[in-house]
Amino acid sequence: MSDTAFPQAAPRSALRQQSPISEAPYVKWTLIALTVGLLGLFLLVPLLVVFVEAFRLGFGEYLATFRNPDALSSIRLTLLVAALAVPCNLVFGVAAAWAIAKYRFPGRAFLISLIDLPFSVSPVVAGLIYVLILGANSTAGGFLLENFNLRIIFAVPGIVLATIFVTFPFVARELIPLMEEQGTGDEEAALSLGASGWQTFWYVTLPNVKWALLYGVLLCNARAMGEFGAVAVLSGKLRGETVTMPLQVELFYNEYLSVAAFSLASLLAGLALVTLVIKTWLERHFADQLASGGVGH
Amino acid sequence: MELRIVNVRKEFDRFAALHDVSLDIRSGELIALLGPSGSGKTTLLRLIAGLDFPTEGTIYFGDEDASRKTVQDRNVGFVFQHYALFRHMTVADNIGFGLKVRPDATRPPRDAIRKRASELLDLVQLSGLEKRYPNQLSGGQRQRVALARALAIEPHVLLLDEPFGALDAQVRRELRRWLREIHDATGHTTVFVTHDQEEALELADRVVVMSQGRIEQVGTADEVYDTPNSPFVYGFIGDSSSLPVRVDNGQLWLHDRSIGLAAPDLPNGEGMFYFRPHDIELLDGCGGCIAGTVVASRRVAGTRRVELEIGGERQSVEIELPVDHPAVTKSRIAFRPKQWKVFPAVQPQGQIAARPGEAVAAAG
Repeated sequence: MSDTAFPQAAPRSALRQQSPISEAPYVKWTLIALTVGLLGLFLLVPLLVVFVEAFRLGFGEYLATFRNPDALSSIRLTLLVAALAVPCNLVFGVAAAWAIAKYRFPGRAFLISLIDLPFSVSPVVAGLIYVLILGANSTAGGFLLENFNLRIIFAVPGIVLATIFVTFPFVARELIPLMEEQGTGDEEAALSLGASGWQTFWYVTLPNVKWALLYGVLLCNARAMGEFGAVAVLSGKLRGETVTMPLQVELFYNEYLSVAAFSLASLLAGLALVTLVIKTWLERHFADQLASGGVGH
Repeated sequence: MELRIVNVRKEFDRFAALHDVSLDIRSGELIALLGPSGSGKTTLLRLIAGLDFPTEGTIYFGDEDASRKTVQDRNVGFVFQHYALFRHMTVADNIGFGLKVRPDATRPPRDAIRKRASELLDLVQLSGLEKRYPNQLSGGQRQRVALARALAIEPHVLLLDEPFGALDAQVRRELRRWLREIHDATGHTTVFVTHDQEEALELADRVVVMSQGRIEQVGTADEVYDTPNSPFVYGFIGDSSSLPVRVDNGQLWLHDRSIGLAAPDLPNGEGMFYFRPHDIELLDGCGGCIAGTVVASRRVAGTRRVELEIGGERQSVEIELPVDHPAVTKSRIAFRPKQWKVFPAVQPQGQIAARPGEAVAAAG
């Protein structure tokens, strides 16, 4: 049997010049076409539609959106929320990554999973939990409202809290694999040369992770500005007060102001594009200084 | 500075990496900690540095108890196997780092730091590379910079953890000679860790042979090579062959034959017989010798290594012969070691074979 099989197999294998893992050309081209087709249909076309709809009645109408007080206040609020949430998560993320990457302690693995929680919990659920814990009818929320006249839910603090929750993993997830890979050798070297803990952190640890940190902050910021679910639950949608850009887009759209909705949406889309460009640039120039593990985004 | 390590014990999660280790290091001495991985040599070095703290015992720097001092306060120069250079700093900034982070009162002015960095670069023969970054240097150059950085703080002791471990053989030999020169020029008390016996024997004033968290022997290269005090040291330093023998009235017996060697000081009983493969004489007849059947012969550099099977129990030993020696073609060879040692079989072979599970956590 094998005598007859061998001469048949030989010429076929001689034809195969590609690497052993590659399939026939039609498989390759089908897969590429499928990927490009799906990406185009589900990502590129919608993105184009945003800009086409925004400019449907001309540039003047487009600009008019940004004279609308509601739109302006939503932009201001979004910037404010990002300006508060991102630095918080920068500090939290560095602290968490430091603790996890440089120390061994009981519960470490659990802490790593916990950091990922916001990725797996629906933002709406997260929002509802905050409403339950800090709402005016809850013990904590009632206490704050009565004694300090501080309203958390359906107010700006709640929106900031929700944004921090949702964007928490980005910085930490980016830093942990890199810090683990770098180990503690550089820190030990700095300490042995007489540097204090802070000096070691500022002069050695932080510069070693600066590009990864920027990468994490970038993704964190993009998500902070675009978050809808958790913020929608906590905002109460008081026009001009607790409405962020994504919420304002929805409000405009529901009022059939589609040009205004898409004009505002184009700003968010533009932010996404800028993020993408910077992210690609970082990956191209500092790939070796970014975490190789990748992030769930 | 003089170092004294007194009854130091170190445990990691109840695993003992060092058992009751004591060692005196003289001022200006170049000492090698030599041992296989898991022997505790790196742990001992890190305890001296203050990068770890002993579970029990004391480490003295001069007359001062340094056991509880932090690494910053001990003023040690530490050189890591993988250099640990700060990748975002230039060579000059790396070297000057230890001076730059000093408190205001003792920090030299910026120019003085730069000048000191240049001087040290001259010392490590890398003049003119101030502005380079670590990733623009070869491995050997990086380790030189790391050493210059450690020397910049004028340390009490210089500690090197497998400093040449990541370099290739050629560069290693070159840097070894060069380190000796630097040591002789600067006179720092220096302790370095290595698993490479050639490096330890060639470079160090005294070699500390370690195994399984204990010091086996401390001595000069000649002492540990010529008069090993334990089966482990005999087996670990240099090539060796061993055979189980019986001591009977001061005579050595291999199975039922006399080897023709006398050991009048040894008590009767079983023992392990050690010798160096190159340190033998060939014999024609055999009225008191070790005789074996040639099972293999290999060319190793300038000599030929012949594997002999001795007796019925399939014990095999290696001997070394000159390449063109006529005996190489024979099928049976008789010989007698010139230098040898018998260790009574009090402790079982456990001294050499690592006990399972013991070589796990120790820093390697």
